[in-house]
Amino acid sequence: MDKAAPLQFFNEMFDSESVRPPYRGLEEWTRDMPAELRSLKQSEAESLFRRIGITFAVYGEGGDPDRLIPFDMFPRVFSADEWRRLERGIKQRARALNAFLVDVYGRGEIVRAGRIPARLVYQNEAYEKAVCGFLPPRGVYSHIVGIDIVRTGRDEFYVLEDNCRTPSGVSYMLENREIMMRMFPHLFQENRIAPVEGYPRALRRTLASVAPKKCTGEPKVVILTPGHFNSAYYEHSFLADMMGVELVEGQDLFVEGDFVWMRTTEGPKKVDVIYRRIDDAFLDPLCFKPDSMLGIPGLMNVYRSGGVTIASAPGAGVADDKAVYTFVPEMVRFYLGEEPLLNNVPTWQCGKRDDCAYVLEHLAELVVKEVHGSGGYGMLVGPKASKAEVELFADKIREKPENYIAQPTLALSTCPTFVAEGVAPRHVDLRPYCLVGESIELVPGGLTRVALTEGSLVVNSSQGGGVKDTWVVAD
Amino acid sequence: MLARTASNLYWISRYIERAETNARLLEVGARNALMPNIGGGYRNEWDSVLRASGTAQAFDRKYGEPVQRNVESHMFFDSDNASSVAACIERARENGRIVRTALTTQVWDALNTAFQEIREMQRTERSKLALSDLIDWTTRTTALIRGASLATQLRNDGFDFSNVGHYLERADSTARLLDVKYYVLLPQVGLVGSGLDNYQWSTLLRAMSAHRSFGWAYGGEVTPLKIADFLILNRQSPRSLMTAIEGVEQFLGQLARRYGKSSKPLSQSRSVLAELAETNVSEIFEEGLHEFLTRFIRDIAAIGASVHETYLSGEAR
Repeated sequence: MDKAAPLQFFNEMFDSESVRPPYRGLEEWTRDMPAELRSLKQSEAESLFRRIGITFAVYGEGGDPDRLIPFDMFPRVFSADEWRRLERGIKQRARALNAFLVDVYGRGEIVRAGRIPARLVYQNEAYEKAVCGFLPPRGVYSHIVGIDIVRTGRDEFYVLEDNCRTPSGVSYMLENREIMMRMFPHLFQENRIAPVEGYPRALRRTLASVAPKKCTGEPKVVILTPGHFNSAYYEHSFLADMMGVELVEGQDLFVEGDFVWMRTTEGPKKVDVIYRRIDDAFLDPLCFKPDSMLGIPGLMNVYRSGGVTIASAPGAGVADDKAVYTFVPEMVRFYLGEEPLLNNVPTWQCGKRDDCAYVLEHLAELVVKEVHGSGGYGMLVGPKASKAEVELFADKIREKPENYIAQPTLALSTCPTFVAEGVAPRHVDLRPYCLVGESIELVPGGLTRVALTEGSLVVNSSQGGGVKDTWVVAD
Repeated sequence: MLARTASNLYWISRYIERAETNARLLEVGARNALMPNIGGGYRNEWDSVLRASGTAQAFDRKYGEPVQRNVESHMFFDSDNASSVAACIERARENGRIVRTALTTQVWDALNTAFQEIREMQRTERSKLALSDLIDWTTRTTALIRGASLATQLRNDGFDFSNVGHYLERADSTARLLDVKYYVLLPQVGLVGSGLDNYQWSTLLRAMSAHRSFGWAYGGEVTPLKIADFLILNRQSPRSLMTAIEGVEQFLGQLARRYGKSSKPLSQSRSVLAELAETNVSEIFEEGLHEFLTRFIRDIAAIGASVHETYLSGEAR
């Protein structure tokens, strides 16, 4: 990609006036849908979401904790061919990221080979010294890898970031599909759309396949949630329900002897695999944050002695750090001996003096992100920011340059979206969920996020983005 | 099952039952507000409604004079009042959200819809909400939630805990309603049997939606003895103390069989049940209805405490 090229947006449905093949099944559907039916269906969808209880609380915004993420009924479509290509790239990346994690908590070959600076790895805030030398079952640190991908052209896909800890949003992938099938059954009869409903079973299978070595018999899997005040609580309980496993909070678990136990009405029951949806820092007050109320004292000792598996493994965060991101293509080459199938977005490290100078000079054209931030908080979208905002951000970068990276403002592809005036193109991204255990699996689909505001390139739900059903259609 | 989940299920039932009791109390108040003030009974029927709900003091601090509109606000809408219909529905739904995975879609749907509707009502102009509609809404909604639970929930230990909660709350609320009516309205034994007495007693039947079933079960004159029998000892009456405590015993027994382990709350409920089975209304009136009810309420609370300690606290071994 030319770093300075002007923005040309790829429209996923219309290719210079003709409809691209994956979207052909939708042409008639939109053309023939009268406005009244559309608004009827839209409010039906909303009330379905509300009844199901899918809500999303936005951090720091206050207001209604039961807010809905806006759902757009216009699906985002990939052809089977496009998907096969993506799938190969995603799986390759997930393998490389896990190989990297095993390496940096083991011998550190990649650092010794000089392919990534030692400082970036070992002085990284996400690097957990507590798990050095420990090899998790099957050598998997990140069991669910969420890779955020944007499209900028017919054959151009870029990885925006990797999420190796606990990527959220998969419940939307599943529920969006349920709701679309309920509202527009004929679309599913007319198009051959690959199902995504196997995800919860695949996730359970993946987690059971990484049971600790001391586990005998059918592994007991649980999901650990920070509690019902967490904004993603709906997702935690939804997944537990679909997987048929218990949803526990820290207070429901305790350590005794060599194992972790769950408090039940019949007394303690042993737990083998914990799919945790809380951060490393809150896992075990004896090992990490001493004042954490969420954790289980002694958990890390049991973990390190092979009494329980934690997924994702503590320490996995070092692989999805935004500064480490730059080196993922290098990891693919180093561990797999392959060329990366998915590209990184060109990235400037503000910690490097030359890069920083360039970034400060071109701030108005770039997107700047905090290295450790997530969810679209604390970022600057240069072309959309006012002069004052840009200057304020420049000061922040000068103060702590290593805290920031910058990328060109990407020409995110657009997908037709229902708006007040009818149908209009809006920018989208994609988060597929790759499962890594005994084998590597990827359900054909993912979460498509859409920036509902005209011209906006920020798709985060915390910043007013919406979601779409994502289809992979057979050729 | 997870002790915390059991606890959530248990409390959902208790809150739903409590919401219903509150609506029934409001109904009694509304009905009596329509009656001519006969012979200076208790000061004000709204006041007795507040006492029955156990929130008279809190009401006094916040609102002062018990007039209908304020009592309605307090007992239906006010989230500050922990036992208002709105607060009960909110908390039942919150508990439901926490254990979403242990509820069927129908039960969650009923709970969540109730919550959405009550929020809508809280936003609606009060003049557009007739008290009778609020009461109807509550009894209909709680019946729907309970019905969805009975019709669709898996018959597992969670179902048992949910029912233990339901019957314990019902036993408690019937006993409290009886106690307030007796103690507050008729402190003098001399009044028992008078016309006013019968009128107040039949109000009690209305509060339990049992006016007609009482007629079917007993026929003839409405007397305090018959009503007390109906609400305390009659196995046909769905709200009698007997029926409620039998329910408690049944589901605690089921849990004990399921877990292959008898329990303290089970033996406690069995001894309360045995006592009820051996007594009759005359004996109860001899002991003093108030004394009997006080003891009963204490026993129920003790069973509740043991259920918590044995199953819900997570300290089970």
